[in-house]
Amino acid sequence: MLAYFSSLSPLALLNSCPGGVAQGLIWGIMALGVYLTFRVLDVADLTVDGSLATGGAVCIMLVLSGWNPQLALLISFFAGLAAGLITGLLHTALGIPDILAGILTQISLYSINLNIMGKANQSVNVNKVTFLFTSNSKLLLRTIVLVAVVCAVLIALIYWFLGTEFGSAIRATGTNPNMSRAQGINTNLMKVIGLALSNGVVALSGGILSQYQGFADVNMGRGAIVIGLAAVIIGEVLGEAILGKRLNMALRLLWVVIGGIIYYIVYVFVLWLKFPADDMKLLTAIVVAIFLAVPYLKGKYFTKSYAVKYMTRPMRKKKEGQ
Amino acid sequence: MLEINRVSKTFNPGTVNEKTALDGLTFHLNPGDFCTVIGGNGAGKSTMLNAIAGVWPVDEGNIIIDGKNVTQLPEHKRAAYLGRVFQDPMTGTAATMGIDENLALAARRGRLRTLKWGVTKKEQAQYKELLAGLDLGLEDRLTSKVGLLSGGQRQAITLLMATLKQPKLLLLDEHTAALDPKTAAKVLELTDRIVSEHKLTTLMITHNMRDAIAHGNRLVMMKDGKIILDISGEEKKKLTVEELLEKFSVASGDTLDNDRMILG
Repeated sequence: MLAYFSSLSPLALLNSCPGGVAQGLIWGIMALGVYLTFRVLDVADLTVDGSLATGGAVCIMLVLSGWNPQLALLISFFAGLAAGLITGLLHTALGIPDILAGILTQISLYSINLNIMGKANQSVNVNKVTFLFTSNSKLLLRTIVLVAVVCAVLIALIYWFLGTEFGSAIRATGTNPNMSRAQGINTNLMKVIGLALSNGVVALSGGILSQYQGFADVNMGRGAIVIGLAAVIIGEVLGEAILGKRLNMALRLLWVVIGGIIYYIVYVFVLWLKFPADDMKLLTAIVVAIFLAVPYLKGKYFTKSYAVKYMTRPMRKKKEGQ
Repeated sequence: MLEINRVSKTFNPGTVNEKTALDGLTFHLNPGDFCTVIGGNGAGKSTMLNAIAGVWPVDEGNIIIDGKNVTQLPEHKRAAYLGRVFQDPMTGTAATMGIDENLALAARRGRLRTLKWGVTKKEQAQYKELLAGLDLGLEDRLTSKVGLLSGGQRQAITLLMATLKQPKLLLLDEHTAALDPKTAAKVLELTDRIVSEHKLTTLMITHNMRDAIAHGNRLVMMKDGKIILDISGEEKKKLTVEELLEKFSVASGDTLDNDRMILG
């Protein structure tokens, strides 16, 4: 035991923190995309696992063929947009259930990503190409600031968009599709656009991630949806706990990004504790399952009637209308 | 204003659950008609409203609203002509959005939704005034989430949304059925006020015979996907519940069976 603790170096943890923050911010961008589908449209979109890798593959391949890395990111965004469009059309035009539509696109993207790259992974010689979003330890602080700026711009854009007439129609579609159609909203179109934008944002984060790593891998998106959900849920739970009713849409989006950072810092910390890296996805899934289950179990067992029946102490009153 | 011509609709055709909900239904409404609809279980009342609203395509016949054949139009396009209030107070509003946001969604019914701001300051002031008219104290809760309101408050807001942009036709599908008697009376009173104020052509399903008689200028009774009784004008004004039941038996050769029907 003592040998285990003495083998842990606090300095190593401190050293890996800036990298953790940078990667957390990049996952935070993806979480913003996941938020658009999971929270706004009320769809768990599994396309994400594929479109993240597509974003990375497109970016790396374009850079390898001499493109400007920033322009390549823009193309990554559009590639994700196309992926989301396919999921949306499978769901709305062909009537395939949303989860299944996402799985179909995800699995087809695996082949498409292999075709884009020609093999399972492609890397860029970081000594030859200078990326803005580099993991070079000397420039790491600049990378963190840059990714944070991207996050801030995206939060502002999403906040603005959801506040417009069009964005309101997308939110209404996610909340109550029957009512939306009765108010003249083309709910199918809203779902397609929402899914496309979400995957565009996810692919953009995939592109940035590939620049940070210096390579793209066909498996880089595996489990991305779960990490995205973890970020969204952790961010919302903490945001609500700290801000309560003051948590408006803009702050909620900010907390989603913070959720991504927290996830990644915890990830780094658990790895530092010498937790086997192979088991990290299992751990992530368990964390997400717990966070998803808590609101349900709270509603089921901590209502007033249950409290009266099983508890001697009076429980907190259930909020009106919940 | 509304023409339903020989419309039929069969659910689950070819299965044991096959049900002919509308059977060659023909029904016309004149501009300004306020028509109440009653009928037994499965008579096709809600099916008729859903056929008008375009929730699903009909098998046969056509539906014309204000001279425009809407039979082939999808639900969201027909919405431009219609105002709808549903039985379930949860159905008519978006629970996670504010009162003002819900009203703003309705204000843009039948219009292209752009990238302009979803609710303007000017609109908020206008909505505040409209809400004050409801006399439910909602004018001070303009930005509250609709999910926090009571069923009656939500129905009142849905009614306001349905009529915010004057519809060619107002469809009320037992919109007071889920409310307590006092709230139901208040929502009905509000309905009467809004309908007469804007001279709206209205179709109102109700399970309350007394309400069906007391409201509107016309009353129809449905059975087996058809209209079997159509009473209007002076005859409607003088109608009593007993007469109505009597007329039903004569017209259908049956007694009225609706387990939720309130007779008096």
